[in-house]
Parts: sequence; structure tokens; C-alpha cells
Amino acid sequence: MTDDGASAAAEERTPLGLAQRGFCGRIEAIAVDVDSAVPASEIERRLIELGFVEGARVEILHEGPIGRDPIAVRVNDTTIALRRREAMAILVI
Amino acid sequence: MTTVTEIGAASSVWRFALVGTPNSGKTALFNALTGSRQKVANYPGVTVERKSGVFRTASGHRVNLVDLPGTYSLRGRSPDEEITRDAVLGRIANETAPDLLLCVADATNLRVALRLVIELKRVGRPMLLVLNMIDIARRRGIDIDLDKLSAELGVPVVTSTAVRRGGTDELLRRLDDMAAGAVGQSHESTWKTPTTAELRAAQREADRVIKVAVGEPKRPDTITGRVDGVLLHPVAGLLILLCLLFVMFQAVFAWAEPVMDLIEAGFDALGAFAHDALPEGLLQSFIQNGVISGVGSVIVFLPQILILFLFILLLEDLGYMARAAFLMDRIMGGAGLHGRAFIPLLSSFACAIPGIMATRVIDDRRDRLTTILVAPLMTCSARIPVYTLIISAFIPNTQVWGFVGLQGLVMFGLYAIGILSALGVSFVANHLFVRDGGTPPFMLELPDYKLPRLRSVAMGLYTRATMFLYRAGTTIFSMMMLIWFLASFPRPPLGATQPAIDYSLAAIIGKWLEPVLSPVGFNWQINVALIPGMAAREVAVASLGTVYAIEGGKDAAEQIGQALASKWSLATALALLAWYIFAPQCAATLAVIKRETGGWRWMFVTFFYMLTLAYIAAFITYHTAVALGWG
Repeated sequence: MTDDGASAAAEERTPLGLAQRGFCGRIEAIAVDVDSAVPASEIERRLIELGFVEGARVEILHEGPIGRDPIAVRVNDTTIALRRREAMAILVI
Repeated sequence: MTTVTEIGAASSVWRFALVGTPNSGKTALFNALTGSRQKVANYPGVTVERKSGVFRTASGHRVNLVDLPGTYSLRGRSPDEEITRDAVLGRIANETAPDLLLCVADATNLRVALRLVIELKRVGRPMLLVLNMIDIARRRGIDIDLDKLSAELGVPVVTSTAVRRGGTDELLRRLDDMAAGAVGQSHESTWKTPTTAELRAAQREADRVIKVAVGEPKRPDTITGRVDGVLLHPVAGLLILLCLLFVMFQAVFAWAEPVMDLIEAGFDALGAFAHDALPEGLLQSFIQNGVISGVGSVIVFLPQILILFLFILLLEDLGYMARAAFLMDRIMGGAGLHGRAFIPLLSSFACAIPGIMATRVIDDRRDRLTTILVAPLMTCSARIPVYTLIISAFIPNTQVWGFVGLQGLVMFGLYAIGILSALGVSFVANHLFVRDGGTPPFMLELPDYKLPRLRSVAMGLYTRATMFLYRAGTTIFSMMMLIWFLASFPRPPLGATQPAIDYSLAAIIGKWLEPVLSPVGFNWQINVALIPGMAAREVAVASLGTVYAIEGGKDAAEQIGQALASKWSLATALALLAWYIFAPQCAATLAVIKRETGGWRWMFVTFFYMLTLAYIAAFITYHTAVALGWG
């Protein structure tokens, strides 16, 4: 939703949902575009409430046993488990 | 802003509320302050109801403290979070808003907590920020400048270590200075549901405050990461989870035995004493067969139930439950269950009632309903008495593969069937409930591991033991009176040739049910036992004891198991086990389902689907066993 128009960064940014274990980066934007039982703005709010805001450090610590899903993500000093579906909304560089 | 003066402020008892993010130690603080016995556990979403207790500040002022479910914001997106929102905003009928909000934050994990503090400021109530687990923060070398933090937030700050003796002394001292001035100084609430922009702004503000007042950890926690490397490993992690469950159920069977033998011997002695002390007749029969052997045959299972709860409490306090949810999410997702459903379902192994209440942490209504529907299929501790009785009477105590007891293996199998059928039912339910979107999200905080506190575990076990004994003393006792009455009246006619019970009401009812239940291999004695068993499963054991004891005279009362082994075929025993996996025999669970789903509909759905499954399972089991020559 927030696009600060940094075009150089836009080229490199990838969804966290596609990243592998061991990935380290920073959150560039939260842009929810997933088919879910809850509205996109609600998913965005929940992500923010768990600390996923622009600028936060993220690292993928663990992957789940089936289809490498869900993932355990270190956000600054907290560890959050979430599915790759929702992690697609977190754009990182 | 206008200052609102309330009548409550003038009264001599202050009303405080504990608010905070999940897993910040609110309940531990609540216990430390009030000394009340209530569940503390290390995973998000343990406190599903408001609990209140009373304590005194350092100067002796009385405070009524409410413990609220953890929440990340006041938006109230699941039933437990709505409770917190309504209590904080004073929206609960006949209740004023709290005089002071004690906002609890995990000192090692302030980011998300401070965002909540910023949101809570808009509520306009006086507030105190409690930095809990300050000992761990200090150990990790996190420097927190309390004055700066307080100045930047505009909220007074105090530290505490709820789980240590004396860890709340400073809080108690500060409450006096603070509350005296602040209570009654409430402002009109300007809180409204925050937008994404407001949430973002609040989180940025929280991050700014942290940058100013909180240092980076000098000795960060590395244990959690290393342990997770094993426990969350895609292969090893799942194997460890399975092993844990297996050990748990083997332990329930093996460790409890010596204590159970002791309890049994105690009640036998008591029964023999009553027999000798009382004159032959109705009263003697009532005391010995109705009261002592009835209540005794249920209390004997206390050790097993406590061992099961011990495992669950230890895993909760350790912080393992959230990891189990992480490992199980996709596996349960395949059956249409939410990863979060794992915690309520695992609790349901102890008892479906707390399990169903714990589903309040599931925000999606459909997911929550599915979990409630299948929770009673998880093998609860009340089934253990029935399973144990039948297994020890009919399954030989031999070893298979050299190291696994056959009895324990059958027990494990019964648990496994319960789990598989829960997955099957939720799979079907998921296809019956039409979804209007995709699957709801799964997001869960994985807390740092913490060594379980002896006191917290002991408190949890004590609560469970008293609850069980209370049930044994009330529901089970009254059901035993009923069954004894049914089995004893009317008295046999003079010159009767059959055992007395054949003339009783119990026999009449049991035989009346025979056309329905004989196709699944049940005799009329089982039918009789099933009736009070509708109130609580474990009663069936005692009922069988009463029915057979009265039938066969006092000698048969000594060993219900022996009596059963001589009177039932293996096919009947197995059919009863199959029946018990599914049968909805617990009035309390049905009542909780009605309460939690807000109506009769889902209670009846649960009752009838479980009854149908029970009948089918018992039917198939019985006829298969007969075909195998075990009839």
C-alpha cells in the first residue's frame, strides 16, 4: 500500500514469501494482494500489529516440514510464524 | 478534554486491569499479586476469560485486579480479544471501566508492546507500564533507561519479575504513590478502531522510543535459536513431536500404576471397614457399593490425569506449544484445520472443556466452529478410566517388538483413532461449510523458551486435582447414588431365584434398550452403565462396578475387571472401546459447546454426529471381532 517511489529499490525487492531459509533483509513495503477469508486491509493490520512495518529487519529462521511452509521469521527481536501466502504481502530487499 | 469523575473512584477499593500483548506474563503477574490459583502458560492465548483477584498495595490499599486475555490491539478480532476491548473501554454491562490500566510488557520484547501502549493511551484511563521479566532483560544485557522511556511515552514505568519472590515489591510501592493521584483522573476516551496508517504511525513512534531509551542486547538469547534448530527441523522436529506424544501416553499408563494400586487398596480397605462396621442391609450396601466403591473407582484415576496435565503444563510453560502449532499447521491445514487449532485440540486430550474455551483465540468463525466440533473427539482424561479398565481386563500385558507394552500400544491406538477421526470430521465439515474467500491467515508469535517454574506447574496441577476431586464429589457422586438406586430397587420378591439386580429398575431400563444396543454387542449391564455415563464418561466404570457387584454379591466387587473378563466376550469389550472413542457422553462438554457457539444448534449437531459415529464404530468393531472368532 505504501509506495515511497524508490525506483532503484523497487527492482530488487522480492516478496518474503518467496525467500529461502537464511534470508536476511529489510522490509520495504507491505502490499497485500492475497485471496483470503479476511479483507486485505485486515491482513495488513495484523502484519503491522506483529511488527512487520517498513524498515524492520527480517530473517527467515525456520521452514515448516511440508512445502517449506509455514516460515518462522525474526522481526527485529521477535519471532513470528506465518504462512508463505501471507508473507507474499511483505516486500523485502 | 474533560475530566470525568466517577463514583467508583471515591470508593475504598481500586479496580485495576492487566492488559498486554500475548505472552507478556500478565497471568504470572496476576498470580504473583493475588496469589490466586490460575493457569499460567508460555504461549499466546492462554487466558481466555477474565479472572479477578484481590491484593493490597504496600500501604495496604485494597485492589480488585482483573486479568484480561492478551491482545495486540483493542480491535477485538477474536472472542477473547473482544473481552479485553470491552473491559478496557468499560462496555461490559454493570461494570465501570477500570480505575487504572496495568499495561504489562515483556522487557525483552518491547517493540510490539509499546505500540499497544501508544494505542491504549487514547482510552484515557490512568496507566502504568510494567516491564515484566526484567531479570531476563538484564541477563541479556539490555539497557533500559526507565526515565527516558517514561518521558517519551508519557506513561509511568515500573519493572517487575513476576515469577520471583519479591519481584513485585517495587510495583506494589509505586502503585500507592501513583494510584492515589491518578485514580479518578480519567479523560474521555478518544479511542476508535485504528486504521492501517495509524497502526503504522504508532509502530514507528514505538520504534523511535525504543531507539532513544532501550539498548541492543549485549548478550542476546542464543539458546532459543539453537533449540529451535532441532525442534523446528522439518524432519527431526516432527519426529520429536511424535515421540513426545508417545512418551506422554506411555507415561500415563506406566508411571501411574503404583499410586493407583495404593489408592485402590485404600478404598478396598475402607469398603471392608464399612462392611464390617454396618449391619447387613440396605445402608451397608449403599455405603459400600454405592458410595465407597463408586467414588473410589473414579478417584483411582487421579494419578493418570495429573500425569497427563503435568506434560501439558510443562510443554506450555516451556513455550513448546506454539512450535507444535508451527509444525502441525500444514498437516492440519490438509484436514481443514487452522494451525492455531492445535493448542485447543492438544488441551482437549486433558479435557474438552478448556480445549473448547481455548478456541476463542481462533478469529475465523468457521475455523473456530470446526475446532469446537472435533475437540470432543480428542481422547480426554475422562475416557482413561474406561479404556484402562477394559484394556487391563482384556488385553494381555505382553511386550511387542521387545520393548513396547501391548496395553500401552492399544491405548496409543485409541488415541490415534481419535485424532484421525477428528481430522476426518473436520475435513468433511470444511467441505460442508461454504467459504466466501480463501483460507484465513495463520500468524503466531513463537516466544523464547523459558524453563518451567515449579510453582506455576504445581499451581496448575493443584487446580486440576481439586477440580477433578470436586467433580468426583458432586456430579459423579450423585450419579453413583442414582445408579445404586436404580440397581437396588425394587427389591427382589421373596423366594427370588435370580440375583437381586435382575428385578431392579436398572435391569428393566437396560433390557428395554437391548433391541437398539445388542446389534453392537452390548449386554443390558452396559446399557445401564451408559445412562449415567451420559453425565460424565468416567461414571460408567463405577456404574459397571455397582451393577456387577450387586449382581454377584460382595466378592465380585473386588475386581470389576475380573468380573468383566469373565462375563464379556472380547468382541463386546472391543465394541465398547470403539463406542467410547466417539460417544458424546459428557453433559458438561455439550453445555460448553452451547455456550461458546451461542445456541442449541451446534450442540445438537455435535451430539448426533458423535452418537452416529459411536454406533457405527461399535457395530463394525463388534461384527469384525465376531467374524475373527473373538465373539
